[in-house]
Amino acid sequence: MTATQILNRIPLEEYAPLLGEPEIAEMRSLAKPLRGKQVQMVNSTKVGGGVAEILNRLIPLAEELEIDIHWDVLQGGADFFEVTKAFHNALHGASYVSNSQDFGIFREYNRRNFDLVRQDAEFTIIHDPQPAGLIEARREKAGHWIWRCHIDLSHPNSAVWGFLQPYVAQFDGAIFSSPEFSRQLPVPQYLFYPSIDPLSEKNRDLDKEFIGSVLRQFEIDAQRPILTQISRFDRLKDPVGVIRAYRIVKRYYDCQLVLAGGGASDDPEGAIVLDEVRKEASGDPDIHILELPAWAPLEVNALQRASTVVIQKSLREGFGLTVAEALWKRKPVVASAVGGIPTQVIHKHTGLLAHSVEGTAYQIRFLLSHPEIAKRLGEQGHKHVKENFLITQNLKNYLVLMLSLSRGN
Amino acid sequence: MTTGQAEQTPFAFFTVAYLTRIGNQCARTLNELLKGLEECSDASIFHHTFQTLGSHHFLTEGFSNDFAQWVLASANRDELAEQLAALDIRDYLSIAELRNDLKRVVSGYCLRYPNYAGQEALEPFYFCESVEVTEPLGLTVNNLREFREGIGRLSHASFYFHFISSRLRLHLRTNDFSMWLENSLGLDTLANNVNRIDVYTNTLDSARGSLVRLIELEERKA
Repeated sequence: MTATQILNRIPLEEYAPLLGEPEIAEMRSLAKPLRGKQVQMVNSTKVGGGVAEILNRLIPLAEELEIDIHWDVLQGGADFFEVTKAFHNALHGASYVSNSQDFGIFREYNRRNFDLVRQDAEFTIIHDPQPAGLIEARREKAGHWIWRCHIDLSHPNSAVWGFLQPYVAQFDGAIFSSPEFSRQLPVPQYLFYPSIDPLSEKNRDLDKEFIGSVLRQFEIDAQRPILTQISRFDRLKDPVGVIRAYRIVKRYYDCQLVLAGGGASDDPEGAIVLDEVRKEASGDPDIHILELPAWAPLEVNALQRASTVVIQKSLREGFGLTVAEALWKRKPVVASAVGGIPTQVIHKHTGLLAHSVEGTAYQIRFLLSHPEIAKRLGEQGHKHVKENFLITQNLKNYLVLMLSLSRGN
Repeated sequence: MTTGQAEQTPFAFFTVAYLTRIGNQCARTLNELLKGLEECSDASIFHHTFQTLGSHHFLTEGFSNDFAQWVLASANRDELAEQLAALDIRDYLSIAELRNDLKRVVSGYCLRYPNYAGQEALEPFYFCESVEVTEPLGLTVNNLREFREGIGRLSHASFYFHFISSRLRLHLRTNDFSMWLENSLGLDTLANNVNRIDVYTNTLDSARGSLVRLIELEERKA
């Protein structure tokens, strides 16, 4: 088994200008009793996907706090990952026909990875369902085992959840990204919000020249208001609804709309939705539909920073971290009150919530006519993200969880 | 912990961090909110009132607790939201007293407007709990100047711990800072003025600024 190479090393001190020295000092104080303690994080992929992205940042930061942390990756074959992909979709509510062979493959690969478990670790954090079966390798009097679930379990397929639940019930606790995503379990459940990294390419400060060059590249007029939604071309993100809201706003303000996202080229449904969006937008040169490559973080960053108002008019949403990204950039946000969005957009405090096309249009008009309120919401949104949705807060949550467990809370 | 200061003792700064534990209760209506308020743990009442004030310390103008915010944004009952928001946590020395008042306000509204009491909100309210962890910051001060410098070096969480949540620990209508200023330095007037800083209309940063200004005024007198 291979321990993952750590990339993207960023010293904790580099976060100090953003968070303030006292916050960094506090993190060091919280980490002090955990110095030298062995922690193991296990997931199922080294690269790609949100979990690997988070661990790539989290592990070096924990090392800076002198925690003896290790990241190990479960090794699986194509058959295992086919099964776990089907499990993943089923846990999100997709249909799944119960198949004992799938369950056997899951058990077998987890069993083959038992050697991966560091029995002397004081804290073992297992990420997502794929390595959950490793709990059976836990010896008596071993350290604390926690299952970190990054997915929405609010409407899981009963066969798959029925298979996984007995594994999860053997852990000492489970972490979810929202109370809504959790399940009734016989173990304590904790809430860790998803987080963004303020120093990543998608969120770091950009100079005005670069932002201007991105606008010119996409032929967007920097002199007129820009309304932006960043999301996949997916019906659940309601891009057509966004265009309809924009058309109402356009009666009052000479504005532009940017709909930017990826996911259409390798997703048949995404291509259909993109086609629908183009038809809805046809004939309006002020609607910019940008099909970005799968990963264009600097362009997304620049578009968000250039926006007058950022929209997230989802019909359903997981946590919706694009909202946190916009708030971090001090942008006023108008978003639907679904999924994790109301946690980020506290109505009238850190943004405005809406429940319809008409409501979305009204809130955008309100912000365009009250720039001072828009500015205040953006500023407060930035502080809300700083306090709750940054990777440093995620690290702090782990520290507090470990302190709490080691003190028998 | 030396935060319940004895005479002439130095002041030791601590910090606090909270882990959020997801409870098993949720409310979809005002009736269910009332039931939750009756049955949830003290740690849950703390989480949605005291702790939320700390974690949203940068908000002013009406945001005070999760219950009020949910009633406003999801249940769409402005009058009840205002009544819940008006409960000032500084008035409470125990969670039991605060819980009683929350229940009284919600049950009164449900009795007056039974039609609204059973209406489903846009989003459910999930009861959570706070698990508290405290750590010494290794920062101890002995006089007013050192105290002022120490205040400037505190994180938001540490300031919140000594200035806001300390009431529940002390069971007194005061805070760690005022206690120490009065008991250890004998500065009764300063202690009283510090205790009057309004944590609802201030952010934690502006409350800290007010505290530092009060200390500087006192230093000039000396």
